[in-house]
Order: sequence, then structure tokens, then C-alpha cells
Amino acid sequence: MLKILKYSFYDLIKSRWSYIYLLFYLLLSFVLLFLNNDIGKAVITLMNVIIILVPLIGTIFGIMYYYDSKEFTELLLALPLKRSSIFLGQYLGVSLSLSMSLIIGLGIPFISYGLFQSAVIFDFIQLIVVGSFLTFIFTALSYNIGLMNENKIKGFGFSILVWLFLAVIYDGIFLSVLMIFGDYPLETVTLVGTIFNPIDLARILILLKLDISALLGYTGAVFKSFFGGASGSFLAMGILFIWAVLPIWLIKYKASKKNF
Amino acid sequence: MKTKAQYRHLIFSLIILLVFYKAEANIHKVCSTCPFQTIAEAVDKAQENDVIFVEDGTYVEHEILIDKPLTLKTKNAIVDGDNQGEIFVIKADNVTLDGFTLINVGTSYIRDYAAIRVRESKHFTIQNNTIKNLFFGIYIEKSKTGKILNNKIYGKAVSEYNSGNGIQLWYSDDIEIADNYVEKVRDGIYLEFSNNCTISDNISKNNVRYGLHFMFSNNDLVQNCSYISNGAGVAIMFSKSMKMLNNTFADNWGSAAYGVLLKEVNDTELSYNTFKNNTTGINIEGSNRVVYKHNDFISNGWAINSRGANYQNEVNYNNFLNNSFDLVYSGRMNSNNFNSNFWSSYTGYDLDKDGVGDVPYRPVKLFSYVVNKTPEAIIFLRSLFVDLIDFSEKVSPVFTPDNLMDETPSMKKIKHDTN
Repeated sequence: MLKILKYSFYDLIKSRWSYIYLLFYLLLSFVLLFLNNDIGKAVITLMNVIIILVPLIGTIFGIMYYYDSKEFTELLLALPLKRSSIFLGQYLGVSLSLSMSLIIGLGIPFISYGLFQSAVIFDFIQLIVVGSFLTFIFTALSYNIGLMNENKIKGFGFSILVWLFLAVIYDGIFLSVLMIFGDYPLETVTLVGTIFNPIDLARILILLKLDISALLGYTGAVFKSFFGGASGSFLAMGILFIWAVLPIWLIKYKASKKNF
Repeated sequence: MKTKAQYRHLIFSLIILLVFYKAEANIHKVCSTCPFQTIAEAVDKAQENDVIFVEDGTYVEHEILIDKPLTLKTKNAIVDGDNQGEIFVIKADNVTLDGFTLINVGTSYIRDYAAIRVRESKHFTIQNNTIKNLFFGIYIEKSKTGKILNNKIYGKAVSEYNSGNGIQLWYSDDIEIADNYVEKVRDGIYLEFSNNCTISDNISKNNVRYGLHFMFSNNDLVQNCSYISNGAGVAIMFSKSMKMLNNTFADNWGSAAYGVLLKEVNDTELSYNTFKNNTTGINIEGSNRVVYKHNDFISNGWAINSRGANYQNEVNYNNFLNNSFDLVYSGRMNSNNFNSNFWSSYTGYDLDKDGVGDVPYRPVKLFSYVVNKTPEAIIFLRSLFVDLIDFSEKVSPVFTPDNLMDETPSMKKIKHDTN
């Protein structure tokens, strides 16, 4: 598995798209920090970008790489290798290289603007960790979609739909539910609702760390008491972890069952 | 026409004045080797209008009752109340208290112990004092025409129920409160049933509840003050005809923090103030004919939260810069006016170049409308979905109040000193 991971990883590192992705983050954070020197504010703005863009890039990269390396995968399948190690190796290669672009692309500008001296270092680390989790989650989701659909167009369409659903449509449905049942106490419902969407969960985790959380009022206080402490952080990370592990396990399961 | 009695009164007071003018004020010194070793003793023995000069040192005394017109001065004397109760109690007119450092006022849950209490007195001056480790700082009750100048009050309050106020006025009129610094008490400055007071150039910081608090007080003027990191900067309740000019409200940040909290306030003016980094800039409830002009709202969570039952308020010529929400509004229009402001999120155009946008601006975003109806929806703050619905609502308003808009939004940031 490690060999395949290494191969995929280097394959992607050498590809143009990783560089463009890395360059995009470098540019984005340098411009943000250049426009306002306040690292805390830059973290907030970055959060907006990361919450939307990281899942999208993860989804598209994942599905693209799956279809792209299909012939190579079929070649590997002919060799005496474990199926799970082939697919998991490829998947980990993609997600690791994407996470690396994210970490380096955001890390270099922030460090050069004095991240280590500032108070927001933990917020920034959380941003990076959450961003990496989102990469792993959405790449895994798109890999699953790839495994389920031979048709490239269908696969692309589905994976974009999944992203759209979790980034936008889910919130719309959720918000309508909240408005319809506005007369009832909804704190628990909102809490549960966010757990079922990694993008919402990631957004709220970062929001709670920033001082903008004061705007969240009573609902925010409920969230803070749930996610705020050390145990809450672990819990939230655990949920994100489950969100990542479940699709990965599904990749393994699907790969072992699939007829090529 | 002056009556005979009034003339008689005038002559009488002239004579009194002459008598006092002739009588020379004695100066008594207090120190460990002086004839008077305690302040209480000196006050007791002094004649009216004498001056008591307290030499540097620490005096452990409490309940020093000043019942005649006196001037008490010191350079660096410290009076230690030993947590026994009040330190100075003034019950006479024309008393001046200058330059003392007062420490260790007793805490009581039955009586409001104060470092300096003024009771039913006129023409007092309390200046250049420093108060530390206090329950209440300066407590003025049923007094008139006094001055509280340049005092510094450093509290250690943590919670509301066991802390007192820095400067408290109760049934006291025509008091001037200027150049004071108050931190970490319950209410920095608290006025109850106090009219015609001037509060200027004070700084209130890090107070547990309010920087400045008015209850049932009318015709007061607040100017050039700073309120930073309090529970709420200024709370005005059940008052009318107030004026607040040139104040700064900053960093009053927390889940229930406000720059200014108005409740049942009528005929009041708030102008030329700066609201920066507050969770809510101004929270308005049941207030009528209040004028908000030439204020700057910068980077607040909510710039203005109008909670309803507000009639005929005027919000004009203000700058709204980078607030998460410019306006939250409940209820009907009620002849409130939001015209001629500058909104940093305004995206209209000005074809005839007269500096006024040609498209009306709607300060209430759909999301703030939704949050107002369903508070839990606030967890969608900064999600893509919310940005999308806000955008679509901006293009074609459906839900937000139809007539709530700025019909003449300014294209440029308003310069307050010129127009």
C-alpha cells in the first residue's frame, strides 16, 4: 500500500494542478494579509474560503484522479496485490497531496506575517486541521462515487451534486425546518443537524473559536458549552474523524466487491 | 418685581458674605507629630470654612463625618477604611475633598458602603482622589450643584451581585462629573432620579455591568466620554431629553453586550459618537423621537437593533462601515426614518453625480430578518447558503420590510464636521 501511496503522491506532486492549487492558497493568503495586517481577521476570511473551496477541490480532484488513473489501476489489479491497498493507497496519495498544498499554501504566508507571535495560532491550527479533515472526507466521498459509476459524466455530476448538497442545499432545508418549527426549542435539533454535515460542523467549530461567536447569542452559548471545552473539541474532531473513516471503509468494501 | 421679603433675603445674604469674607480661614495640619493625629479629630475641632491639610502617610479611619463647610486637602495621604464601612461622609454644604487615596471600603449586603458619601449637600467638590478596593466609590444622595472631577476608581468586581458602583447619584441634580476614570466596578457611573447633570471626558472600562447607567433621569448631557469593554457601554432607561455627543463606545463585546442600550427613552439626541467593535452598537426598545445623527458604526456585530415599539426616530447622516448586520428591525415602520446615511455595503450607482445614490438601500438583510424570527438560525452565519439568499433578496426583495429603506443613501463616507 505504501508503495502505491508513494507513487500516487509523487505523481500528483509532479502534476501541474497541485502547483496551481498551492499557488492559489499562497496568493490568497498573501493578498489577504497584505490587505489587512490583522491575522485574526485574515483567519475569518480564510475560513469562508476554506469551508467552500476545500470540499469542492477535494471532490473534483478525487473524482478526476480516480477516472484518470483507471487504466493504471486496472493494470495494478492484474498484479498480485491486495485490492484494498491499491485503492486506499491511491486515495491517501490524493488526499495527502491536497492537504499538503493547503498546509504549505496557508502556512508560509502566515508564518512570514508573524503567526507564532500572535494569539490566533491555535485558531489557525484548528483551521488547518479542519481543512485537512474536509479534504480527506470529500476526496473519500468522490472516490466512492467513482467506484460506483463507470460513466465519467455521471460520476462527475454526482460528486458535484454531493458537494452542492452539503455546502448549500442541506443548509437551506435545515433553515426551513428551523423556521417551520420556530415555536419549539430547537437547540438540540440544530446541534444534531450540524453533526450530520461536515461543512457545517467545520464552520461552527471555527466560528466558536473566533470572537465573532459572541454574535451567536443563546444558541451559540449552547454550542459553546457542547463543543467549547477540551472534551467538546475532541468530540467534534471525533465526529469529523468518523466522517472521514466511514467513506474510507466504504472504499475498501466497494473495491473488494467490484467487478473490473 | 422683587418683593420686600426677597430684598431682605438679599441683604441678609450680603451681610453673611461680608462676615465670612472677613473671617480668615485657618489651616489645620494632620500628621503623626502634629496637634491633630487623625482626620476625624481635625474635622471635629475645625471651625467652618477652615482648611485641613493632611500630610502624607496612612491613616486608618472610617466614618469621618464632615458636618460643616471645610476644605480637606492632601498631596499623597492614604486613608484606609480597614473594611469597616464608609470613609468620608459629607453632610454639609461647600465641602471640598482633594487629593486623597482611599482604600479598603467595607462590603455589606445590607448597606451600600461608599468611600465618599455626600448626603443632602450643595456646592461640594470632590477632586483628584483615588479609590481602590471599594464597594461603592462616590455616592451622592439628595444633593445639588456639586463637582466630581478627575477621580480615579479601580475596582475588582467579578460579578454583579456582590459589587457596587463607581460613582452613584441618587436624587441629585446639577452635578458635574468630569475627567474621571472608573474601571472594574458594577456600573462605572450610575444616575438614578438625577437631572441636569453634565458628564464629560470620563473613561469607563471593564465594568461588570454598564459603563454609564441612567434610570429615571432627564436632561442630562454626556460628552467626550469613552466606554470600553463593559457589559454595556451606556444604558439609558426610562429617561427623556438626554444628549450624548462625541462619545466613543468600543469593544463592548460578549453575548449580551451593547454599546448603548435604550429602553423607554424619549426625545433624546445621540450625535457624533463612534461605535466600534461592539456586539450590538445600539439596542433600542420602546423609544420615541430619538435622533441619531453623524455617528460612526464600525465593525459591530449589529450596528442598530431596533426591537420594536419605537416611533418617529431619525437615523440620518451616519456611517455604517463593515458591520455584520447594519440593522435588525422588528415591527412596522412607525414613521422611523433611515435616510441619507452612508452604508459600506451599498452597491448602487449615482448617474447624476450628486453624491446621492439613485437606488434606495435596504439595510435589513434577509438573513437578519430570518434570525430575528428564528434566533437559532444564527448558526448559519457565514455559510454559503446565507450569502446566496442575501444576494437574491437584494436583487429582488420579497421578505424584508418593503418600505424600510434609505431613499437617499450617500455615495461617499460622510464627513461629520462639514455637513
